[in-house]
Amino acid sequence: MFHCFRRQGKKHSEDCAPCVSTKEACSDGRQVLTQVPKGCRCRIRRHMAHGAIRQRLLDLGFVPNAEVEMVRCATLGDPLEMRLGDYYVTLRKREAELIEVHVA
Amino acid sequence: MSSDTKNIVIGLAGQQNAGKSTIFNMLTGASQHIANYPGVTVDKKAGSYRDDEGRVEIVDLPGTYSLTSYSLEERVARDFLLQEKPHAIVNVIDASSLRRGLYFTFQVLEMSFPVVMALNMVDVAEANGRKVDHQKLSELLGITVVPTVGRKKRGKEELRQAIRKTAQESREEKGKPAGGFQVFYEELEDKVVAVTSLLGSSKALSQGLPLRWLAVKLLEGDSEARKLVQQHHEEAESVLESVDMAIESFQEEMDLSPADHIVSIRDKVAASIVDQCVEVTAVYTVRTSEKIDRVLLHRGLAPIFLVLTVYLIYELSIVQGYKLTFLTWPALAWVRATVAGLLPDPGLLQDTMFRTLPLWLVDSVNTLLNYVPIFLILFALIAILEDSGYMARIAFILDRVFQSFGLHGQSTLPFILGGVFTGGCAVPGIMATKGIPDERSRLATILTVPYMNCLAKIPLYALLVNIYFTNHRSYVMLFISTITIIMAMIVAKLLTSTILYGRETAPFVMEMPNYHMPTLTGVLRRAFDRTWVYIKKVGTIVVAVAICVYVLLQFPGLPQERMAHYEGRMQEAIAVFQEEIQGTAYADILHGERILELLNISATYREAKLAASTQEASTAVDVRYEAKHPELFPLLRPRDAEARSVSRSLRNLANERSTLRTQIREETILHSYFGSVGRALEPVTQFAGFDWKINVALISSFAARESSVATLGVLFQEGADENITLEERMGRESEEGGRTSLHALALMLFFALYPPCLATTIMVKVQTGSYKWMLFSIAFPTVFGLAVVSGVFTVGSLLNLSGIQAMGAFYVLALATAIVLSFMEDPAWKRQRSNIVGTKEA
Repeated sequence: MFHCFRRQGKKHSEDCAPCVSTKEACSDGRQVLTQVPKGCRCRIRRHMAHGAIRQRLLDLGFVPNAEVEMVRCATLGDPLEMRLGDYYVTLRKREAELIEVHVA
Repeated sequence: MSSDTKNIVIGLAGQQNAGKSTIFNMLTGASQHIANYPGVTVDKKAGSYRDDEGRVEIVDLPGTYSLTSYSLEERVARDFLLQEKPHAIVNVIDASSLRRGLYFTFQVLEMSFPVVMALNMVDVAEANGRKVDHQKLSELLGITVVPTVGRKKRGKEELRQAIRKTAQESREEKGKPAGGFQVFYEELEDKVVAVTSLLGSSKALSQGLPLRWLAVKLLEGDSEARKLVQQHHEEAESVLESVDMAIESFQEEMDLSPADHIVSIRDKVAASIVDQCVEVTAVYTVRTSEKIDRVLLHRGLAPIFLVLTVYLIYELSIVQGYKLTFLTWPALAWVRATVAGLLPDPGLLQDTMFRTLPLWLVDSVNTLLNYVPIFLILFALIAILEDSGYMARIAFILDRVFQSFGLHGQSTLPFILGGVFTGGCAVPGIMATKGIPDERSRLATILTVPYMNCLAKIPLYALLVNIYFTNHRSYVMLFISTITIIMAMIVAKLLTSTILYGRETAPFVMEMPNYHMPTLTGVLRRAFDRTWVYIKKVGTIVVAVAICVYVLLQFPGLPQERMAHYEGRMQEAIAVFQEEIQGTAYADILHGERILELLNISATYREAKLAASTQEASTAVDVRYEAKHPELFPLLRPRDAEARSVSRSLRNLANERSTLRTQIREETILHSYFGSVGRALEPVTQFAGFDWKINVALISSFAARESSVATLGVLFQEGADENITLEERMGRESEEGGRTSLHALALMLFFALYPPCLATTIMVKVQTGSYKWMLFSIAFPTVFGLAVVSGVFTVGSLLNLSGIQAMGAFYVLALATAIVLSFMEDPAWKRQRSNIVGTKEA
């Protein structure tokens, strides 16, 4: 889970190394938002959450197909800050885990 | 909907932070009122205005991001729209977040309402480099778009006209979505059409509800929509079955749920509209904030900046603000002296209520008003933090810590206002919890903010530290500042794991605002608003409470025999005095009333001399008194031997009087209502080391934190009139009474864990909306605090620990508990996670 420590080439996100494997096994080998390294972009595929939490995430812009750039994480590794379009949004790890993405 | 009436009803809808309230105020002015939606606790704000054609009533719907059925506010808004069918909707949108705003607009349009869009805050959007072409927007959406700046009341007339026009037109063409705009759902579209026609076969449904919208909602899986079908459609079962089949087949084909698809299509359409209508003129604004964040939010440096900021706030508001009080206190003291001068003079042994009550009130109010400079600075600094955007960063950094205790990153502001490190007031702190979206955290925050170091607790701490802990002053202050945070976290964890267990939690999703320069007016306005809340609290609650406390501390008063006893002693003293001055020139003038007069004059003379800070002021005092009391003045400044000896006898008399007064006051309190309660509680509180005097002080400080020191002042009266400080007096008495530093520690700890003062309790009721929580916020800390403190005191005395040792031990224990608790997994999240993540993806 400390992928945030890895300093990828931030200037060119196209040069991001592919997703680093973490200790959490994703059941189908799909990637979730917490696996996106700092400075990399990805696209939201879908939400694994249902109900009110999913709605809240959607409301704030985590819609399928939206582009997300992982900006940073806080000192203790949590929460995460990411860019959605032109605004910056924070999200806790435990919620980010519920969002499935494709790494761009 | 009769078409001959010219009065119309309009719904005002939109997302939070779009400036809906400002638009509402702009349209309705002063004529608004708050009612209730039946059966729920959401406020229904309504207002009206008249235009050329008639009356326009506006209902301000709760601000929501969309119109699903997940939250109470959304359901309320939806129900209003579907049942009361306003003639038109005014959709308020923040021009800077057009894309997200349109997401809401589409839903309203789908409900077939005639819509007028108030494109609000266009000035801010332009300043940030986003110019919206509202004509184009209007063309694309087929509705009227009025640019507005609600704050500056711009766009009012145009908006009113648009409202009237749209409402007019709607009556002429019913049923079609306004302007003919529709979101086409691409791959899902055929299923939408199919479901719509299925729904259309029911007469009841097609008359009452917008069918396409209902179809979309059913495909989204909205439970309220399903209920509507079951209620009104004759063949509900088969319709719902078809819907379910449609959902399943779409899911299989596209590997995506229809709900997700709908959301992404809406967003796509919104994005394309934004592309066509918004001109981006300044790309770089966003980048600057990001650059700043690379430093301020750097993983390693972030905590350092945080600590620096907190320290800076402390230094400026408490330390420097305290210096400002050197200016304000003399002014307040002057007021007191003037008031004292206007009131009837003190009697020999007792003063009339006309004197004591007003003075008591003035004292209580003065203590609080003395803090106003500190609060002004503190609130101004906090406003700067908020406006500049750094507050959000603080929440970001601290969220992980708060998370472990069941709280929320957004609890940061309430805690800071309540005085986390630096002192504050719980009342604005609790008011600030309004913004926390997570119900559980919000309640936990409300119940733990009172643990913070409110400024009013500090005099008591300072008093006790100066008496008992002079050698370890800084350690003790550090202990107090941090133990409250630790205890608050522990309590929060306890509460969220037990009583608050079942509440809704919400994700911590927060928009990180751009940094911008706080405006002077904005900061000042916020600082004054919050300080004004504080002053209002003083003016109303504290005064009312002070009166009650006064009554409960004075009545029923001394029994007759006791009073007679004291009077007897006073007479003896006077007799002694008169004997001593026999044979002097003053013997004739000094008897009866004049003795009292002399006593009072000499007291005020001494006060005046002490207050005179320069030589000239001092001389002025002399001149004044000489002029007013020519006969008695020589006794105030004795020049010859005779005068000096009389003066000495006078001093003795005055001392005796003072002693008697003290004893009377103490006995009065002993016999008073509060005193009886205090004594009754002694058997329980003795384990915490509290005697009845402390109990009384604590009880009265529940009413207002600030009165603790005042009450203690009254209780430890010996020598008060001689200007010996309260510390010395308490110190002396405690030596005699056997009080040790352990007692002091117990008292300070209890004070820290104490239930909120009355003003805060009232605010708790306002924010939670229930008396149950208000009572809980009183009962729980009392029991918890007493238990903890009794434990500390009893164990401490058994082990014969000194105050400092017990303090250290307790601190370690508390810290350890907090750390252990932080590792306990959040029980609510565990439960929720299994609910929200289906093992088979639907």
